[in-house]
Amino acid sequence: MAVAAVASARGYDPHLIGLEDVSHDGPASKRIIAGYGFWIFILSDMVMFSCFFAAFAVLSGQTAGGPTGAELFNLRNVAIETAFLLCSSFACGMASIAAEVRYQLWFQVAMVVTCLLGIGFLIIEFHEFADLIARGAGPSRSAFLSSFFALVGCHGAHVSAGILWLLTMMAQVFAKGFRADILRRFLCFALFWHALDIIWVAIFSVVYLLGSAA
Amino acid sequence: MFGKLTLAAIPLSQPIPLVTGAVVLVVILAVLAWVVIAGHLPYLWREWITSVDHKRIGVMYILLASVMLLRGFADAIMMRAQQALAFHSNGFLPPEHYNQIFSAHGTIMIFFVAMPFVIGLMNLVVPLQLGVRDVAFPTLNSVGFWLTATGALLVNVSLVVGEFARTGWLPYPPLSELTYSPGVGVDYYTWSLEISGIGTLVAGINLVTTVLKIRTRGMTYMRMPIFCWTTLASNLLIIAAFPILTATLAMLILDRYLGFHFFTNEAGGNVMMFMNLIWAWGHPEVYILVLPAFGVYSEVVSTFSGKPLFGYRSMVLATMAICVISFMVWLHHFFTMGAGPDVNAIFGIASMIIAVPTGVKIYNWLFTMFGGRIRFTTPMMWSIGFMVTFIIGGLTGVLVAVPPADFLLHNSLFLVAHFHNVIIGGVLFGAFAGYTYWFPKAFGFRLHEGWGKAAFWFWLIGFYVAFVPLYAVGFLGMTRRMQHYDIAAWTPWLHLASIGAVLILIGIICQIMQLVVSIRHREALRDVTGDPWDGRSLEWATASPPPVFNFAFMPDVTGEDAYWTMKRRAREEGAKEPNYQAIEMPRNSPTGFVCAFFATVMGFALIWHIWWMVIAALIGAYATFVVFAWRDHDEYEIPAEEVARLDHANLNARRGLVTAAGSV
Repeated sequence: MAVAAVASARGYDPHLIGLEDVSHDGPASKRIIAGYGFWIFILSDMVMFSCFFAAFAVLSGQTAGGPTGAELFNLRNVAIETAFLLCSSFACGMASIAAEVRYQLWFQVAMVVTCLLGIGFLIIEFHEFADLIARGAGPSRSAFLSSFFALVGCHGAHVSAGILWLLTMMAQVFAKGFRADILRRFLCFALFWHALDIIWVAIFSVVYLLGSAA
Repeated sequence: MFGKLTLAAIPLSQPIPLVTGAVVLVVILAVLAWVVIAGHLPYLWREWITSVDHKRIGVMYILLASVMLLRGFADAIMMRAQQALAFHSNGFLPPEHYNQIFSAHGTIMIFFVAMPFVIGLMNLVVPLQLGVRDVAFPTLNSVGFWLTATGALLVNVSLVVGEFARTGWLPYPPLSELTYSPGVGVDYYTWSLEISGIGTLVAGINLVTTVLKIRTRGMTYMRMPIFCWTTLASNLLIIAAFPILTATLAMLILDRYLGFHFFTNEAGGNVMMFMNLIWAWGHPEVYILVLPAFGVYSEVVSTFSGKPLFGYRSMVLATMAICVISFMVWLHHFFTMGAGPDVNAIFGIASMIIAVPTGVKIYNWLFTMFGGRIRFTTPMMWSIGFMVTFIIGGLTGVLVAVPPADFLLHNSLFLVAHFHNVIIGGVLFGAFAGYTYWFPKAFGFRLHEGWGKAAFWFWLIGFYVAFVPLYAVGFLGMTRRMQHYDIAAWTPWLHLASIGAVLILIGIICQIMQLVVSIRHREALRDVTGDPWDGRSLEWATASPPPVFNFAFMPDVTGEDAYWTMKRRAREEGAKEPNYQAIEMPRNSPTGFVCAFFATVMGFALIWHIWWMVIAALIGAYATFVVFAWRDHDEYEIPAEEVARLDHANLNARRGLVTAAGSV
């Protein structure tokens, strides 16, 4: 009743009842805005990946008389790939800490390690793809292989784009130092790189582990 | 060297596209020549093309939508004419051309008219309503607009270089696969939509971040104008749905370019997967379009009834309910394709449920008008026209949501009439209402009322004359997309429908006249106060057109209808002299335009398999971003005196008007 009395005493807004204490301080900081926007982008990217996952789930049995996942996948290579990617995320985390304390040398070292591990991942993936195609198990062989190449290839394309971004970031930090806008960009890059790990964990489980078991 | 592109790609044997293309080319060249000779080019480049101001970008979106509306309507009137003539005859359009026309009509109207129109309105208005300086990512905003323009350009290039898809506005496989559509038509479709889809996604991310993270002091969620709420809902849908479109079209592209088997008939491909994926995007898409229109109606009805919106919280709830449920009804687009009775029943019920929050909204608008002092201005006319028309469209929608009825009506002209009923009556009327309502805010003068009302009546009557007959022939069994037919009973209805299309044409001519007359008489229609309609939300608290920084100082919001409250308080207490401070604004940047240039080149090269050009364009686009990222000064400062001068000019104009009104 007291609240209603206050509201009617102020006389401005009949809808305010019960909402007296709510307040809002105005726009968020640039760092929060950049990070938040990029989070939303990552969510949308995950929606896109989920379509390729769905397609893989629908088509994984459609081998059209061709080879199945159990016959094709080499879990040892996939384990190495996973290790490379997870370690590169660790290195990327180190780069974040170095950026936090504005330490140019260690930032660049950590980024180089991130980059090398990422490239190592891509090389193994490329070999896997080349090997499959050479064995007649390319994407045109069956719907299962189409969805496999599209899903894993889409992740690989993201990693490649990430490496291009990483090199650009290194050059930028080297040339311009840890400026606020560059740090915001690096925050987004780190989010992107870690998100690719999450996607990879899903690919590793759904495509390779479940696929090898079938 | 040029991939599949040869001189044979230009359709020399078809007079209609060739003549149209030639005329459009001459018009474009004439406009360009005028711009260059009259010396407007530096102004255009500085103030518009490289602008990162959300208001300018919003205006450019709406301009793009308006031009594309003319193109899409030209397709529509050709289809109506063809069907009016094609009883026992071939009409004037050969089948392969007619198929391209209905495909282009749907694609253009949805992606390049409705989408840019609502995104343009959101861009223009939302930061103003939230009381802030700009959107979250100004340069990205410009990139998004220019990528949308790239998509529109590529679709129109297909008119004179090659062909457009003949598959309908959604390229259902297996027809859209390479086996059955070997030409470049489907490629034009997929690449334009991939590129413009990225633009739309960027706009969606930008607007969601803006609404959630950038609001003025005191602007809590439950104090936001409904248009901001519908913007939030619509852009959340963009973020969740457009990646699905991107992925689905990417799969189709892989099928067509690299021999994948996602949707083919061979090697285990699954056609139904395409239907599910495309409609998992497609159904949210219709709510992406109509929710902002609902927001426009809420603002317009409340302003011109002189009352706060009835049931604000129920409106918010209904908006968010639609946002969620819209993802649970996609299967009703293909009840007939064998999902089985129980699945059909669930989706049928979900489709009927989504009509409930929409009904809530209609009642809210009605009760807002009830007891209000209604001013029948043009935006209000569009809103009332919408309420009547949209209810009919909604009811026929509930009818086709009943699976047994849908088995009779699926793919008939009844369905075509239904979705035109909701998209014209819902989205387009809302876009026109918003255009008339916010035009003075964007340009500083109102649109001519007489021509606006004439346009409204021609559109409204034309709509009914054009589409009620299609409901009727739908019941008589006519399916959609028929190039010719042999049933005499349909002919009178189709003749009537073509008369309706002519009435709509007159409506469009009235709108063009309205714009021309308003520009000529802009001094008489001038809005000096910035608040021509006695508005309620913050966009009316600043000058028309607003200064580049929107607000001289950040408004302090204490309740709903923020500006209405401020006006009352100022009348009681008198305005205080604010403490002006210098303002930082983002610098303009050609990044968006240059990036879209490379995207256009890349899209064209991909369509025609010119691989070296694809790589060159990719490198160009990457280089553009690096150059952008390398800038050292991305902001400039507007000094406090300049801010104070602009604000005083506006305040004096407002006070002058109040004094003049008081002395009468």
